[in-house]
Amino acid sequence: MDFLRPASWEEALAAKAEHPTAVPIAGGTDVMVEINFDHRRPEYLLDLNRIGDLYEWEAVEGSVRLGASVPYARIMEHLRTELPGLALASHTVASPQIRNRGGVGGNLGTASPAGDAHPALLAAGAEVEAESVRGTRLIPIDDFYTGVKRNALAPDELIRAVRVHKADGPQQYSKVGTRNAMVIAVCAFGLALHPETRTVRTGIGSAAPTPVRARTAEDFLSAALDEGGWWDNGKVITPSVVKQFADLCAAACNPIDDVRGTAGYRRHAVGVLARRTLTWTWDSYRGTAQQKGMVA
Amino acid sequence: MPSDSAPLGTPSKVTQGSPGSPAQGGIGESTLRPDGTLKVTGEFAYSSDLWHEDMLWGQILRSTVAHAEIVSIDTGEALAQPGVHAVMTYDDLPTEVRNYGLEVQDTPVLAHGKVRHHGEPVAIVAADHPETARRAAAKIKVEYRELPVITDEASATAPGAVLVHENRADHHIGHVPHPNILHRQPIIRGDADEAARRAAVIVKGEYHFGMQDQAFLGPESGLAVPEEDGGVHLYIATQWLHSDLRQIAPVLGLPENKVRMTLAGVGGAFGGREDLSMQIHACLLALRTGRPVKIVYNRFESFFGHVHRHPARLYYEHGATSEGKLTHVKCRIVLDGGAYASASPAVVGNASSLGIGPYAVDDVDIEAIALYTNNPPCGAMRGFGAVQACFAYEAQMDKVARRLGMDPVAFRKLNAMEQGTVMPTGQPVDSPAPVAELLRRVEAMPLPPERQWESSEGVDVRQLPGGLSNTSHGEGVVRGVGYAVGIKNVGFSEGFDDYSTARVRMEVVGGEPVAVVHTAMAEVGQGGVTVHAQIARTELGVARVTIHPADTRVGSAGSTSASRQTYVTGGAVKNSCELVREKVLDLGRRRFGTHHPAWAAAELLLEGGKVVTDGGEVLADLVDVLGDEAVEVEAEWRHRPTEPFDPRTGQGNGHVQYSFAAHRAVVEVDTELGLVKVIELACAQDVGKALNPLSVVGQIQGGTAQGLGIAVMEEIIVDPKTAKVRNPSFTDYLIPTILDTPTIPVDVLELADDHAPYGLRGVGEAPTLSSTPAVLAAIRDATGLELNRTPVRPEHLTGTA
Repeated sequence: MDFLRPASWEEALAAKAEHPTAVPIAGGTDVMVEINFDHRRPEYLLDLNRIGDLYEWEAVEGSVRLGASVPYARIMEHLRTELPGLALASHTVASPQIRNRGGVGGNLGTASPAGDAHPALLAAGAEVEAESVRGTRLIPIDDFYTGVKRNALAPDELIRAVRVHKADGPQQYSKVGTRNAMVIAVCAFGLALHPETRTVRTGIGSAAPTPVRARTAEDFLSAALDEGGWWDNGKVITPSVVKQFADLCAAACNPIDDVRGTAGYRRHAVGVLARRTLTWTWDSYRGTAQQKGMVA
Repeated sequence: MPSDSAPLGTPSKVTQGSPGSPAQGGIGESTLRPDGTLKVTGEFAYSSDLWHEDMLWGQILRSTVAHAEIVSIDTGEALAQPGVHAVMTYDDLPTEVRNYGLEVQDTPVLAHGKVRHHGEPVAIVAADHPETARRAAAKIKVEYRELPVITDEASATAPGAVLVHENRADHHIGHVPHPNILHRQPIIRGDADEAARRAAVIVKGEYHFGMQDQAFLGPESGLAVPEEDGGVHLYIATQWLHSDLRQIAPVLGLPENKVRMTLAGVGGAFGGREDLSMQIHACLLALRTGRPVKIVYNRFESFFGHVHRHPARLYYEHGATSEGKLTHVKCRIVLDGGAYASASPAVVGNASSLGIGPYAVDDVDIEAIALYTNNPPCGAMRGFGAVQACFAYEAQMDKVARRLGMDPVAFRKLNAMEQGTVMPTGQPVDSPAPVAELLRRVEAMPLPPERQWESSEGVDVRQLPGGLSNTSHGEGVVRGVGYAVGIKNVGFSEGFDDYSTARVRMEVVGGEPVAVVHTAMAEVGQGGVTVHAQIARTELGVARVTIHPADTRVGSAGSTSASRQTYVTGGAVKNSCELVREKVLDLGRRRFGTHHPAWAAAELLLEGGKVVTDGGEVLADLVDVLGDEAVEVEAEWRHRPTEPFDPRTGQGNGHVQYSFAAHRAVVEVDTELGLVKVIELACAQDVGKALNPLSVVGQIQGGTAQGLGIAVMEEIIVDPKTAKVRNPSFTDYLIPTILDTPTIPVDVLELADDHAPYGLRGVGEAPTLSSTPAVLAAIRDATGLELNRTPVRPEHLTGTA
């Protein structure tokens, strides 16, 4: 195994162009596990740790351009206002040690359906900034996940950053695991209210071959909110609408039975999470909740 | 520092106690562990840290299927790989002794013609780098012809069932109903059928206990160093050096005195190191190559490298009068022993003899069996058969109480055993058995406040089911409270010659009397090294005690198991100290006897570095009494003998001591998502005498947490079709984190057992028993569900299993 250590982003892109099978490694929290377990023996490892830009974030107009290697711990600490859903998701990632190393770029690169960041990125409507020696393109998150642990990156592309609109409304994220910390998702759910566009977006993790949105549920809820004038009158959403939304979210799942949980449980739990996160975000939108659950 | 020839990472002598504090650090004090700070700061040398110049690395090739004939093994490609020094299979074993086992020698050192479980060792490799060894092992070609798998009682005893072991010749085969049943122990006392007629209520239940892993953090590892005399020196993390030695030496074709063993740093055990793992393999490779060989399992291999807690199916019938007195108990406990015997026969003995719990019942009909199957071998784990039974009989006690309309604690207290109660085995309990008192104490503890997750700052999700995963802000959360109590035997039972050996030496070093304590006791984290120093200080009146590393240059200490080491090796240390004291006093009498009449007349003690009379008069300094002489004694010490259980009736004085703990669990269950947060697990336990109160509380809290693990998350999942392990990793075998571990208030009773050293009672296992059923009872209280299996998974609480 060759270990490539580019000193700059340009060198990294050149190395990836020369060795398209090279596996990028930043925090190493996914890649090293796979190597240690001998699940993977890449010909080349492309070490991105010397590229400082990947650890930076910047505000670009209404968005945050989040470097691929910004550790989850820093997202939790610094981006709770701009990216509340992703910050909550970051809280659920593994252990403090892993959160100090791992970043969103790794989650996207691995594209596991169980990656904790995905539902939050889907709900927020992020774009993945992919770059190669051929140039830069922005891949809408909806088009990014193409199969089980597969993504839309070309072999010569690296993830430079993700671009996420600053939250224009409440966002929530919940994940179910059979332990109260440091656990891989049995299923996860992200929800973002977008009052500016009067839309709602969702993200579901670990309950389908890829991270998915519950589009039918989103459309239903957006229509219901419009119809009821709720965006304006700020009334409590009727229970039947909440239930219908939850049922549609559960129906958007296409889960499997595995050692972490049954398909039936995943569908059920996603429904519960959809109902609760809608209640929390809507309460927040109505200005009644005070940062519930956002622990330090 | 280790001597010149010892590998790096070899334990060295540890001297505890500072000069000038002679009255301190005896029994009953919470002296601190000599290894505590090192372990917390990461400086402690574990067996996996051993290093020797020129050492090779061993690797084991394990079966990828559970049950198969081995058609062929081709090692050619592996041997040809540069850096590989040896590849060995069954055919390369040096003697005719090719099996080992704790009691039944049914386990092949390397698979012979057949594999009986997933992960069975088939071949071993030594190479100059661990990665080279691993790759070479992967190049060994093994052709399997798969056989049907035996996975449960039905498949084990079905007509025409394939036999896991053909041609059994062990001493259990004569009394089992089927060759796929390893051992059967009935216990019959009174007439349960007759007594059932007096019952106002009869409650039946069927329970299922999952397979738990010891999950010790230091994986199996050790270093075998060939010696000039043709022998080998094995540095190893184990629970019982001499038991290993007895099994290793015959396979190597060496007399026991040519296999030297030194205990390396042990990273936890919990029963999982009672059986051999890589010991013989490392020695074989070292002797074959003439080079030191180190083997370290990774976590994945560790799941295949040691036995687990027996999964069990338990069938119970309890009867009670309308006043709430138990009339009878019938039970049948089916333990899955997996492919090899390990400690299963003794686990059967415990499960049956402790099968009805700490209750007084005259009419019982108990049967426990262990199956041979193609599942992973199961054997010793903290609680040892008593854990599975406690889960079931405590669920039954709640059911009966509910049927009677009685409070579950009051019902237990009404039927609680006490000193003098006769066990189902006919053995009277001849020391305090404060079962009702322990229940009273846990019940009397204040309950944690309701809605404890709420504060003026809002909701703290860490205090809610789901924790940081942010699944509930209080929605769906229901509190439940549950109680349980258990009984565990202490020490090896059923007539086993359960002794320990201690060598104690006393001499003047640097102008101060020092005691050196040398035993073969495996310190696996239980704190024996601390307790031995405390005993020596109490008995010999010295401040400084040096604990010699454990090795086989001293006689056997028996196993660090069965809550026995403080009792048995502690007893041996006490006994040897007493013998040393007599010798020291004899020395004093010879030297100074003419100076003072008290030397001949009075009861003499060693205190504060001096010889004193029982009236407190100082007769001499120990420094002067000892002079240049060293006084040394090595002696064996035994607890009272026990008897085997009758194979048909189960009658017999099989146990030496019992240990009791009670728990109250307070849980909060997210009833919609099926997630559980255990808020508090209060424990009351009688320990006879707390030699080190801090260590005692630590043991109780640790055992409690391990019981919580099997209540709500820990389970090795074995595919019922293939008998393959599906979750051999800490990613998918979950153990409690600190956010899953509740506050554990502990109330320690000290009611002396007059038969035991200092009146002490073994501590380590009892809290593991009652913790699990208390949590289950609390979850039932919160949800109203029946919950007849453990661990409880979210599916079981949400109807989505």
